[in-house]
Amino acid sequence: MAYAIEMLHITKDFPGIRANDDITLQVEENTVHALLGENGAGKSTLMSILFGLYQPTSGTIKVNGNEVHITDPNVANDLGIGMVHQHFKLVECFTVTENIILGKEPRTKLGTVDMKAARAKVVELSERYGLQVDPDAKISDITVGMQQRVEILKMLYRDANILIFDEPTAVLTPQEIAELMDIIRNLIKEGKTILLITHKLKEIKAVAQKCTVLRKGKSVGTIDVETTSEEKMAEMMVGHFVSFMVDRQDATPGDVYLDIEHLNVKGAKGVLAVKDFSLKVRQGEIVGLAGIDGNGQTELAYALTGMTKIESGTVKFMGDDVTHESIMSHYRHDMCHVPEDRHKHGLILDFKLKENYIVHSYTDEPFAKNGVIQMKAVDEYAERLSQEYDVRSGEGKETITRSMSGGNQQKAIIAREFDRNSKIMIVVQPTRGLDVGAIELVRKKIVEQRDKGAAVLLISLELDEIMNLSDRIAVIHNGELTGLVMNKGISENDIGLMMSGGLSKFDEEAKV
Amino acid sequence: MTRRYSKLTISLIAVVLGILVGCLILVITGRNPVNIFIALIRSLTGFSVNNPARGINIMYPLNWLLSSVPIILTGLSVAFAYRTGMFNIGGEGQFIAGSLACATVALLVDLPPVIHPIACILAGGIAGALWAFLPGFLKAFRNINEVVICVMMNYIALYFNDWFVRSFLPIDKLTLARTVAFPETVSLGDLSFGTASQFNYGVIFAILGVIIFWFIMEKTTFGYSLRATGFNSEGSRYAGMKNRRNTVLSMMIAGAFTGVAGAIVIIGSYGYGRIFTAFDNYGFDGISVALVGGSSAGGVLAAGLLFGLMNASETQFQILGIPSEVSDNIQAAIVFFVAIQYGIKIVLDLIGKHRMNKKVKEEVA
Repeated sequence: MAYAIEMLHITKDFPGIRANDDITLQVEENTVHALLGENGAGKSTLMSILFGLYQPTSGTIKVNGNEVHITDPNVANDLGIGMVHQHFKLVECFTVTENIILGKEPRTKLGTVDMKAARAKVVELSERYGLQVDPDAKISDITVGMQQRVEILKMLYRDANILIFDEPTAVLTPQEIAELMDIIRNLIKEGKTILLITHKLKEIKAVAQKCTVLRKGKSVGTIDVETTSEEKMAEMMVGHFVSFMVDRQDATPGDVYLDIEHLNVKGAKGVLAVKDFSLKVRQGEIVGLAGIDGNGQTELAYALTGMTKIESGTVKFMGDDVTHESIMSHYRHDMCHVPEDRHKHGLILDFKLKENYIVHSYTDEPFAKNGVIQMKAVDEYAERLSQEYDVRSGEGKETITRSMSGGNQQKAIIAREFDRNSKIMIVVQPTRGLDVGAIELVRKKIVEQRDKGAAVLLISLELDEIMNLSDRIAVIHNGELTGLVMNKGISENDIGLMMSGGLSKFDEEAKV
Repeated sequence: MTRRYSKLTISLIAVVLGILVGCLILVITGRNPVNIFIALIRSLTGFSVNNPARGINIMYPLNWLLSSVPIILTGLSVAFAYRTGMFNIGGEGQFIAGSLACATVALLVDLPPVIHPIACILAGGIAGALWAFLPGFLKAFRNINEVVICVMMNYIALYFNDWFVRSFLPIDKLTLARTVAFPETVSLGDLSFGTASQFNYGVIFAILGVIIFWFIMEKTTFGYSLRATGFNSEGSRYAGMKNRRNTVLSMMIAGAFTGVAGAIVIIGSYGYGRIFTAFDNYGFDGISVALVGGSSAGGVLAAGLLFGLMNASETQFQILGIPSEVSDNIQAAIVFFVAIQYGIKIVLDLIGKHRMNKKVKEEVA
């Protein structure tokens, strides 16, 4: 069988780091080829080289058997290579259609953009591949899941034959993941070739034929997916045996620390996104909030952390009413917040890593004295956090955060938030974009915080994570609480039904 | 990946290109471009290339420093706001407000020497800060674009100054276009070293300004939160920082830098309260200085000295038969090249690549 892509002996050096070391990757035509590796293993770098964002230090690339020099993304486009980036590259204030056609607009005879034809083409593509989008919605108003579908449509609009998916399921719900798998199978039927960058072994098992494993910038090998077990793949990726399940004793919950009553919160469009929502989280327990993306979780998290105005209802932290308090006041009431959007909220990307570690505590001893930052104390703190949470970066604590890989950025946020040992933890999507090794670490830390006596509200789109970590599971659908159950003997299917509004279930035992 | 070039490299290249543009204009118009360098050397060192026998006249470098002082301060002003994510284009208004407050304290308050000019300059700084309060406040609490408000505030200052001076300050009977001279207690001293230069102790405030800017921005918790707000206001809001307070304070501090510049200029170079008929452009020059200086304290100092040199050279240009506008052309070209720094980076990348290829070829051969 012919190869659609061959990347031969690719090496890429960055200042202070060799991101790719003699990697060879051969992708057969019309197959799904997975690229597996931890954060910082060099997957994104390798794909950026293929897409023309970086130039390799050495090595050759062949597309359909011909040697090519991909000097920029336009060359990649011309070769029929398209990429869905881990962090979407969309213009927020443009509509779906405008984003898809951007750079390749159909024109009328007068030379103006033919929006009618563009819209028709978008609708046609979206129907053909089962990618549901609202062609007239603005990007800033649609869910992350739909934004991803826009990214895929962008490639299809450009007639890409080789599609690179960079961590495509990191932000999707179980149902959306299943849909994406169908989409991928469909694309293969239509003759496309797909390169899937992921560290989710289930997905590799589900759709991929071949899998190349990278570790620390080197290729560990290419395997046949059908004949290799998930455990084996995980071991190849990490270098040692990994356990997926976090050991967790039963919770011994105490007083109610987080008390949400009859909460109503408006969303971006001015309509209620959270409706009459009540939930109590006790000291020493993890309550997992499951739900499909865009069902009010984001607004709920903003409301609980003081980042948005609450229409009505109350939020109490350890008995104190914080409903209308400032964000700072929430932190003073011993809250920590792992935000959903790490680039918008979690990090000041142009700050150095060490500066990002002190965004909440920069005025506190020992980081400040008399209003002056004590860089030595900050340095020591940064060293310790990076070490403890395994945050890796090219120039250590001095690295500009923007240049770090997504997983390490997320680990930096986790490190900063968890290290404060807060009593009330609002944790949103904590393992988004992390690899199995890091997921294991973060999940262990969450349980550790619970055992230290924190009340944890875990908001996650990953059902696996909710099922794995929660003591009680709450489900949100369309802004309303549709279920509250003990995490014992409940089936994934039931939770899924509650998430889609098809079932409402409240355990007597789960009530507080 | 494109390599990272330091801001300094980009700025230096922009300066060289800017001067080359000046030369090009002279060549096209049939003049001798070498004269630009002769003029610049004269202003920089006081040494006359055309007439070496005259030796070194220290007046020229003193005038260079004199013209640099206000634009270093206005440059700091623009840079300070910029680091917090705002564009302070209200320098002209803050400058006039500073001049006016300074003139008022100079003419209507009796104070001993040394104390008096310091009080005048402080008044100028406070007035500049107050003038910048409104744009900052409206931006922070009403999300109104600060650029629009700043520009309006400039014109309000221009005419308010006119009315205030004519209504409340003693007018010079002879010209009717300015106030009477400041009392002798209001003096910034004489640093002319016996030359005809007006160079004075005002320079101390520019140096202090650079140090204060650097200290606040790079060392204090306040500066840390300002930078956070400037880089990512949503991120700093999430962190619990007081974005609105920061926005207002940052604009006010920016205004204070410019207000001080207004006071120093009016004391050091005029000695009387002015009725402005048009803007002096110190505030606008500050934008160029901040841009070329990369909005850092050291960068603004260097860029202020550079633009000060260009301004101070205008007379030399004319003496050597170069239209003084060429100085403006060069300044504009420098700003232009800094503004298109991505273009410069691309060119540098291409050169780098070309060299590497050549090297590889040589090695293969």
